[in-house]
Amino acid sequence: MIRLEPRAAAPAWLVLAAPLGALAAALLLATALLAAIGIAPGPALRLMVEGALGSPFALAETATRATPLLLTGLAAAIAFRARFWNIGGEGQLYLGALAAVAVGAGAIEGPPWLLVPLVLATGAAAGALGALLPALGKVGAGADEVVTTLLLNFVIALFVQMMLEGPMKDPMGLGWPQSPPLLDEASLPRLVERQRLHAGLLLGLGLALLLQLVVSRSVWGLGVRAVGHNPRAAAYAGLPVGRTTVLVAMLSGALAGLAGAGEVAGLKGYLTADLSPGYGYAGIVVAMLAGLSPLAVIPAAFLVAAVFVGADTMGRTLGISSYFADLVVALALLFVLVGGLSLRYRLRFGRAAA
Amino acid sequence: MSEAFEILFQASFWVAAIRIATPLLFGTLGALLGERAGVLNLGIEGIFVAGAMTGWLAVYLGAPLWWGVAVAAASGAILGLLHAVLTVTLALSQHVAGLGITLLATAGSHFAYRLAFPTLTQPPRIEPFAPVGWAWLEAVPLLGPVLAQQTPLTFLAIGTALLLAFVLARTPLGLAIRALGDDPAAVESQGLSVAGLRFGCVVVGSALMAVGGAFLTMSAFNAFFFGMVSGRGWICIALTVFASWRPLKALAGALLFGAFDAWQLRLQTLAGGLVPSQVFLMVPYLLSIVALLLAARRADYPRALMKPWRRGER
Repeated sequence: MIRLEPRAAAPAWLVLAAPLGALAAALLLATALLAAIGIAPGPALRLMVEGALGSPFALAETATRATPLLLTGLAAAIAFRARFWNIGGEGQLYLGALAAVAVGAGAIEGPPWLLVPLVLATGAAAGALGALLPALGKVGAGADEVVTTLLLNFVIALFVQMMLEGPMKDPMGLGWPQSPPLLDEASLPRLVERQRLHAGLLLGLGLALLLQLVVSRSVWGLGVRAVGHNPRAAAYAGLPVGRTTVLVAMLSGALAGLAGAGEVAGLKGYLTADLSPGYGYAGIVVAMLAGLSPLAVIPAAFLVAAVFVGADTMGRTLGISSYFADLVVALALLFVLVGGLSLRYRLRFGRAAA
Repeated sequence: MSEAFEILFQASFWVAAIRIATPLLFGTLGALLGERAGVLNLGIEGIFVAGAMTGWLAVYLGAPLWWGVAVAAASGAILGLLHAVLTVTLALSQHVAGLGITLLATAGSHFAYRLAFPTLTQPPRIEPFAPVGWAWLEAVPLLGPVLAQQTPLTFLAIGTALLLAFVLARTPLGLAIRALGDDPAAVESQGLSVAGLRFGCVVVGSALMAVGGAFLTMSAFNAFFFGMVSGRGWICIALTVFASWRPLKALAGALLFGAFDAWQLRLQTLAGGLVPSQVFLMVPYLLSIVALLLAARRADYPRALMKPWRRGER
């Protein structure tokens, strides 16, 4: 007889193996699907790996794609720790990007040491504001934040469109709905010459380390976990549950807003309505793969970025649509959810000890 | 200004309102059935996409319209089965499992569409459901002409609402389903299977959601577009709370919502360029948020919603 037995702590190797196994299983299942439609899985997988990791250019591209995922991954990880289900990362990202353009595209002039931090801070503040309403709705009225953050994503997308077709349309943009470009002084420096990799990556890495310290070493970080784990016990212990939830939500929104500001200031230079191919939603997968640990968000973001970049390359060569990457990422989320069971339970063979 | 209110007395306005309400009614009924049994299904947005894609594709490939509806329902049922395995059998987070299913169903539908039509930019069309146009219905004063302009799926949605209201309120099965969401232990003590009943509710509910999606491609429009569901699933989740998990209130809520949406669409043409169109397009989402904020405080959530059940555990 096989039974599930709860375990107190999972061994370290399993904590590492469970998400990797989940991603591997997702890739395997997705390539099996390719085989079913007549595409040899071996060469397809090799194209994916080469496309994501096979050359310095490919590595730089993967790191570039990992940059926003690091920040949206951190945004989801910190919120989910407090059981604040912020699914609004996509909208908050766009708010951050919009704010970055509003400040950095000529409204204020100054040297880079002033403009760059200003652009990033405004982006973060805009993202935080985007998460404030759902947080207040949850704390004040008990409105499910999943639904409010998801619905706000659509409102924000329309708002961005409106701004890009109206007040923030670039008069030199040949009629395209795009914002004017950021000033050079407001842009993030490139890390490698002639590559798209920019300083946003360092920002993301630094914030991951900082947040790891906060959640594991600070009183506030432990309080976040307590609020998520059992709000009633946390309130009984004297923790300000409502205030912690609102602060966590705003921190989460700020991280997603930074992702948007970083994409504009580091990569694109201006804002269009298709700035993000779903980085906000992919951030949720990154956070789950990382087991909601800020430090583990770093490898998780790189892995998910590698899937996107690799699938792009494979898709172009074999004529497969880029939705293949979305499929792998969605499967990875479901597998990591199931794989998480192995951390909480173990399989026991034989009879139960009475 | 009076023009803005004259709209409310045009038959064409109410035809549009009911048309907009139909997919929302299917989705809300599906969501409330699952939630009444204790399972939140955030797969709804993806299930809408899957239903819209598969139902339309089946008809495009030559199936009769009603077979297309059946195919859509089956695709929803399969996704519901997956959600039930994850949340009921494995007792995993209903939030994350549902989002995973939305991502999976959306990506899968888009991938399948691109596989079937790699290069087409103009979406292929089908011959959609036609308005019923029954003469006896047209003869009914006031409501008759408005209802006769609807397609059969609208009548299916209204019929489902009535049936579900009856089953939940008046039958032993309904009693068991209501108990599932409030006190599963009581259901278990009656010798019924909590897991089995929850499976049933989630699977049937997901099939209803998928038919809501199919309405979009087979009745409201005649083709499949990327992004055509655009949050309708999430609106249904808000409407479920607004309707306090009651099928007849869901019917009223969906109609109210449809009326508001149809009204803003008409105001949009009336405002003719004075106000950016996006402001009007935001209305349905803002309306849902407001409805949720208003309803949430006094909402009587099923007590066992999102609480997994394990036999012998408390």
